Formats: sequence, C-alpha cells, structure tokens
Amino acid sequence: MSFLDVLYFIIPAAIFYAAPLIFTAIGGVFSERSGVVNIGLEGLMVMGAFIGILFNLKFVDVFGTYTPWVSLLAAMVVCAIFSLMHAVASISFRADQTISGVAINMLGVAVALFSVKLIFGKGQTDYIQERFIRFDIPFLSDIPVLGPMFFKDVYSTSILAIGVAIGAWFVIYKTPFGLRLRAVGEHPMAADTMGVNVTKMRYIAVILSGVLAGIGGAVYSQSISGEFSHTTINGQGFMALAAMIFGKWHPLGALGAALFFGFAQALSIVGGQIPYIDQVPSYFLHILPYVLTILAVAGFIGKAHAPKASGVPYIKGKR
Amino acid sequence: MSNRVVNILVPVISVILGLLVGAIVMLVSGYDPIAGYSALWNGIFGDAYTMGETIRQITPYLLSGLAVAFAFRTGLFNIGVEGQLLVGWFAAAYVGIAFDLPMYIHLPFAIIAAALAGALWAFIPGLLKAKLQVHEVIVTIMMNYIALHTTNALIRVVSHGGENTGNIKPTASLKSAFFESITDYSRLHYGIFIALAMVLVMWFILEKTTTGFELKAVGFNKNASQYAGMNVQKNIILSMVISGAFAGLAGAMEALGTFQYANVNGGFTGIGFDGIAVALLGANTPLGIIFGATLFGALKFGSLNMPNAAEIPVEIVSIVIAIIIFFVACGYVIRYFLVKMNKKKEAK
Repeated sequence: MSFLDVLYFIIPAAIFYAAPLIFTAIGGVFSERSGVVNIGLEGLMVMGAFIGILFNLKFVDVFGTYTPWVSLLAAMVVCAIFSLMHAVASISFRADQTISGVAINMLGVAVALFSVKLIFGKGQTDYIQERFIRFDIPFLSDIPVLGPMFFKDVYSTSILAIGVAIGAWFVIYKTPFGLRLRAVGEHPMAADTMGVNVTKMRYIAVILSGVLAGIGGAVYSQSISGEFSHTTINGQGFMALAAMIFGKWHPLGALGAALFFGFAQALSIVGGQIPYIDQVPSYFLHILPYVLTILAVAGFIGKAHAPKASGVPYIKGKR
Repeated sequence: MSNRVVNILVPVISVILGLLVGAIVMLVSGYDPIAGYSALWNGIFGDAYTMGETIRQITPYLLSGLAVAFAFRTGLFNIGVEGQLLVGWFAAAYVGIAFDLPMYIHLPFAIIAAALAGALWAFIPGLLKAKLQVHEVIVTIMMNYIALHTTNALIRVVSHGGENTGNIKPTASLKSAFFESITDYSRLHYGIFIALAMVLVMWFILEKTTTGFELKAVGFNKNASQYAGMNVQKNIILSMVISGAFAGLAGAMEALGTFQYANVNGGFTGIGFDGIAVALLGANTPLGIIFGATLFGALKFGSLNMPNAAEIPVEIVSIVIAIIIFFVACGYVIRYFLVKMNKKKEAK
C-alpha cells in the first residue's frame, strides 16, 4: 500500500468518525462560552443517538430515503428539551454545573436503555434500513490527489458538520448575539449592567448545545453504528468535551481538534489494515486520544483559558 | 428549622422525589409501580441470600463514596474514581494470582497494591492540578478511559489473550465461610469490615489530624491557606492520592471479595460514578456516606430482581438515582422552599 493509498484510506475515515464529535463539540463551545459547563454532552449524545434510531425505525415507511434527516430533526427537538433540565438546574436553580451534568449523563443512558427495553423487549434496537449515504461531489471529486481524499464517497453529514463549525465561528465572533454570548460567559455582571439578559442568553446557549449534541448522537448512530445499545455512545460526548477544550473554546479550534480525534479513532479502528500501523498494539491506539487530551489541557500544546465565568451561576445583585 | 435539620432534609426529600419520579415513569410506561417497588424491596430484603448480596454490593459503594467525598471536602472533584477503581481491581487480582505467600502477607499485600494503584492513578490529575492548574475533571475523565483500555490490555497479557485473569489464590481472598453459611451462600465477604474501617479512617484524617485540617482549609480557600503558610500544591496532590487510594480499595473489594478475578470490561462498572451520588447524598461526611452507600448499594442490587419479579427493566433504578443526584444538585431550591414553608409556619 503506497503512502497515497494510506491517505486515501485514512482521511475519509477520519472525517467520517469526526463528524459527530464536531457537532457535539460546537454545542459545548456555545454552552461554555455562555458560562455554563456542560459535562452532560455525553448523556445528550446518547439521547440523540437513541431518538435517531428509534425515529428511523418507526418512520422509515413514511419518509423513505429522507428518514435519517427527519430522524435528525426529531433528535434535535428531543435533546433540546432534555438539555432544558441542565439549563434549569444550573442557571435558575444554581446547581453545581458539573454535578448536574453528571446527572444528565446518567439519566440519558438510563432513559434510553429503559425505553429500548420497553419498546423492543431486548437490550438493543434492530438495525436501521436507511442510513446516511455517501456520494461523490461532482467536479471536486475529479481533482487529482485531493479529490479522492476529500470529495469522494463523502457523507453529507460531514459537510454539514464542517459548515456548522464555520457558521458557529461566524455567529460567535461576528454577530451581536455572539458578542453578548461571550460577554455573559466572561463577565456576567458587566453584561447584565449593559442590559444583556444573562439568564436568557445562557438558556439559549445550553439549548443550542443540546440541539447540536443531539445531532451529533443521531449522526453517530445513523452513520456509524446503525443500531442503539448501551455501548453505542461510549465516551463520544467526553471526547467532544475534550475536543472543545483542546480547541480552546473556539469553534474552528474545536473543529480541528475533533478532526484530529476522528483521525485517532479511525487509526484505532482501521489501523490494522495499514502497513506499519498494524504493528502497533491496538491498546496504544485506543488510549492515544485520551493521552493527547491530557497533554493538550496540560498546556503542552499552548495554554488556553476557559471563559472566566464558566461554572459559576450568576446571581443578580451579588458581588 | 436549624441548618442541621435542613442539611438532612435536602437529601431525604431528594430521595423521595427520585422514587416518586421513578413511580411516575413506571406508570407512564404501563408498569405497575407498586409491583415494581415491592420487587425492589424483595430484591433487597427478600431472604438471607439477598441480604448478604445487598451488603456485598454496599461494600464497594462505601469506598467509592469515600473517594469522591474526600476529594470534595478538599475542594476537588474526582470523577476519576471509576478508573482508579479499575486499576485497583487489576492490581489486587494480579497480586492475588502472581504470588505464593502465606495469607497474613498475601492478603494485605494485595489490598495495599490496589490502594497504591488507585493512588498512582489519581496522582497524575493531582500533580497536573497542583503544578499547572489543569482542571481535574477533564484529566480524571480521560484517565478513566485510559484505565479501562490499559487494564483490559494488561488482563489480556496476564491471561495470554484470555478474557479474565483466572481465580486468585485462596491466600489473597476475602471470602468468608462464615458469611456464606449464614447468608445461604451469597458472595458477602470480609471486605465490608475494611470498608467500614476506612470510613473511620476518613473521619480520623479529616477531623483529628493536622493534615486533615490543612486539606480542608485548602478546599475552603486556597489563598487564605497559602497565606497561613500551608503548602497548597502538596495538599492538592495528597488529597487526590488519598482519594485514589480509597477508590483503589473499592477495586480490591471486587477483585478479592466478590469476583475473585479481574475480567476484560466492555465499559465502565458504574461504581465509581455512583460514588459521586453516594458522596453527595451523604453530604461528604463519613457517617452520611454509610447512609448513601447503603441506599445506593441496596437500590442497585435490589433492582436486579425487578425484571424477574415485575418484568420492569433494571434501568428504572438508574433513572431514580440520576433524578436523586439532580435534586441534590438543585439543593438550593429545596432549601429555599423549606425556609419559606418554615417562615409561614412561624408566622401562624
């Protein structure tokens, strides 16, 4: 296998595995930029993955090939509602945001598995018929070298993910909404004084994180796993959280970090078919993303600071 | 209403609300909550066997709860108990298999190995927090996954590619013939005494030693502690290491008591994560953790009876536990209503 062949093999796989992480990590960026830590991304993703599969299985006869997309919408809505729990707890009820996130994670897994057993009478769902499909992008896929690497056999969800990341960058850095969002996360009292509704901004941000994590989960289950069981989302949400930190709370940084984690994941899954890499024990490839994350947050890849007010409930009138 | 009463009422109300939500979920899903909860009750207290198994299940919860609570008391959030438990589990099993020693050396050796492994696993996030101000939550989460894959790989190495290490030598076992005889051959083992002793140890360290005072002081206010001449960095690391040692011991309970081996895990055991709930419910006090661990151990083991006796998925109890954590986290609101209600009463 030549080097170019390896790239043709690994890069599309990396983008494929990165897509769910990109959506979820961008969700995390919105939440944390507003000052709400969201460890619950994992639970939200689990819920998204489950709703995606459930909806897909139930409505495949109605929507045909559009089913995965409609299921994506369903997952978005359900996860937006689910994320409200985290929002109410951490914004209105002044709960410890990390603990509330832990509760969301436990609840997501528990509710999803409970429902699977209730509906399907067993520990996992059936396999879906309609998945997200791959296609070649016309013209671009004909470009020599780059074409087969980036534009052949691509998932439209991957393109959407990259689009969402760029869109998020625009929203957070180029719009008044983004300015308010960042202000609320850095110095809520100053923002409040200037007439920004801190509570409202934070609610919007947490719900956005729910929407995006829901999409991430549904994309994962409908393009990668094809069914839902207790191992479907096993740490993906935490990986996305890590990608967000790795990416320094910046949408494009998170995009890059998620692509990198996707690459690491792809290596550990398809690495056995690549010369040299198949010599590396799979164990090293499995722990690679986590070790890299620790190195990244330890500042070996450049120090970054979380939004200042992240993790602190805003209590009006308290100084 | 005194502050103390409120502090006890918040977790009690949270548990009641959790069970209530569980009942509503069962009703909505078309199950009979009364049948569900009576199956749960029988699963906990049904007979000598289930009671033995319930206490067996409480044992690791005591230790994982202590681990989380100890870190909490010193201002740290150790989500890595799960990973520390896994490395402790493996270390204890490995020592139990690899050595031929008389019991009075072998058993303590295996237990200490587990505690050290857990401590080592917690040392890394502690060190990074102390020296580089890296948030321990992220590092401990990552360390969980590293522990999962590492112990799985090590178990495969030890067993030459197998799925479990094989049984430990009897000289390293916590098995109890006496407990077996009175609990109808449940897996209840002597580890419960170790766990209870550790509750005392935590109380002693925190309340009776200078180190414990310093650890708590650092948790309350880093800057003030530094100003008072305490070594903040050292205390952060020490706190994580002690917390990790408790978590490692929880792993030893599984390795030397319940299972007598370590096996390849597809995912997390959940004991470490539930330790967060145990600690929260127990308000991070040693005595509170006994109550928290008893409740969660009982709920977790009892729930296994629900599919058989009432055809209700066991996950209902995980839902209840998550809701309890949620309400404990929202303690502010419960306090608010308690105080309001109290004022109304006084006004009358």
